[in-house]
Amino acid sequence: MNSTRLYEKYLLIHLKSMMQHKVSFLLTTIGQFLVSFNIFLGVRFMMDRFKEVKGFSYGEVLLCFSITLMAFTIAETIFRSLDTFETIIGNGEFDRILLRPRGSLFLVLCSKIELTRIGRLLQAVVMLIYGIYSSSIIWTPVRIMTVVLMIIGGVAVFAAIFLIFASICFFTLEGLEFMNIFTDGAREYGKYPIGIYGKTLLTICTYLVPFALFQYYPFLYLTGKTSDSWYSLLPLAACLFLIPAGLLWNFGLSRYQSTGS
Amino acid sequence: MIQVEHMNKTFKVTRRSAGFSEAVKALFHREVELIHALNDISFTIGDGEMVGYIGPNGAGKSSTIKILSGILTPDNGTCMINGRIPWKERKEHVKDIGVVFGQRSQLWWDVPILDSFELLRDIYEIPTHQYQETLDELTGLLSLGELLRTPARQLSLGQRMRCEIAASLLHRPKILFLDEPTIGLDAVSKLAVRDFIRKQNKEHKTTVLLTTHDMQDIDALADRVLLIGRGRLLLDGTLSDLKSHRPKEEATLDEIIAALYRDYRI
Repeated sequence: MNSTRLYEKYLLIHLKSMMQHKVSFLLTTIGQFLVSFNIFLGVRFMMDRFKEVKGFSYGEVLLCFSITLMAFTIAETIFRSLDTFETIIGNGEFDRILLRPRGSLFLVLCSKIELTRIGRLLQAVVMLIYGIYSSSIIWTPVRIMTVVLMIIGGVAVFAAIFLIFASICFFTLEGLEFMNIFTDGAREYGKYPIGIYGKTLLTICTYLVPFALFQYYPFLYLTGKTSDSWYSLLPLAACLFLIPAGLLWNFGLSRYQSTGS
Repeated sequence: MIQVEHMNKTFKVTRRSAGFSEAVKALFHREVELIHALNDISFTIGDGEMVGYIGPNGAGKSSTIKILSGILTPDNGTCMINGRIPWKERKEHVKDIGVVFGQRSQLWWDVPILDSFELLRDIYEIPTHQYQETLDELTGLLSLGELLRTPARQLSLGQRMRCEIAASLLHRPKILFLDEPTIGLDAVSKLAVRDFIRKQNKEHKTTVLLTTHDMQDIDALADRVLLIGRGRLLLDGTLSDLKSHRPKEEATLDEIIAALYRDYRI
């Protein structure tokens, strides 16, 4: 059985497990929706007052926010297990994973599929549609492709951050809360195009942790602030961030020490 | 065939005293001690053997099992199992082994056991007819019946352990590692588990390596005993070799082991 089919089987068993706790699932989903809805309200009141931020209109900001939120949410749904990897190591589940004749990273991803994030995903979709309508962007095939690439690039960057976070757990055997700056923090900052925060942050987000490559630069092209269509391909460059993350994972795996009996 | 030669494994253990100020101190300076979990261990286990692996807590039993099953890499020494080095050819190796950790579950908590089993079938790519055959056999021998349609969280410990053992054997491994399989079980469940392991060994020639603190397990199952203490292999022999160390005539197996631990200062 190939990995895609096996992933589907895992998805199915996660669904079955979830149905055992319907109320918990429903409340978590609603909670997830409300949290990001709050952030949306924040943006809305801000834009009501100031009309535009560094030349970006309300509709454009909404579009930018929805793309970041969607990328983050998809990444969190699929890669949530890496975010909580310290418990997978701590309770011996990782030992069990190593006993299976499959890739260990693949099975770690299978072990947790965070379906409660569907509440947030729903909001991201609604906002994206609203953003597409209310921004005055003239939609061309290249621009539509740019949005798709931005989401893919965003998922890749967040996935890489989750993977780095998990790899560090191999050495510390516990989670590092400060890593949330790069995940939850980025989601918060990512409501607005990163360029508005100034040059220093933009440089960091270009060369160190490539948030700007999937969010800011292609967004400039999308909103017609630059006509350089190469900008729309930068999200693909952001995907390269997965390479060092993958190498770190392999290095961590080779140093794995297990725990207890 | 399991061949282990001159295997060593050390762990770093950090220590500090209790108290908040000690915790703060530990932030800057950590006392690190090297623990020799395994110290020059060598043994060979032939196909179809049933071996009891005993020793006090922290002696290195679990570390050995983890190395043999490819989870951990030893510092040095060699280990060959059916012609493979476990941690180097992990994916191929694990198809040949079944592992039961008595204190950890591999079953999904919220779904019927059968769902867990079917997922394992897909992970190991067991052909459907072979899976059905194995399942029928295991269901009969371990009297799983209705249990298969019950979620793991609603099973008693004894029922769950029977399911755990079945789960480890679905892919028909040639070697079975049992890490404290009877821990916490009542008399009836213990007897059922022992009985099953014996049958499995006899009928399928499954090699069994069993760690336990229950000396009746050893008495009932192991033809051969490996005694490990402080990472060293202290005794490799038959059950009667072990019994010849008895301090007094009517000593129980537990007393013999305790006397041995004392003699070897472990």
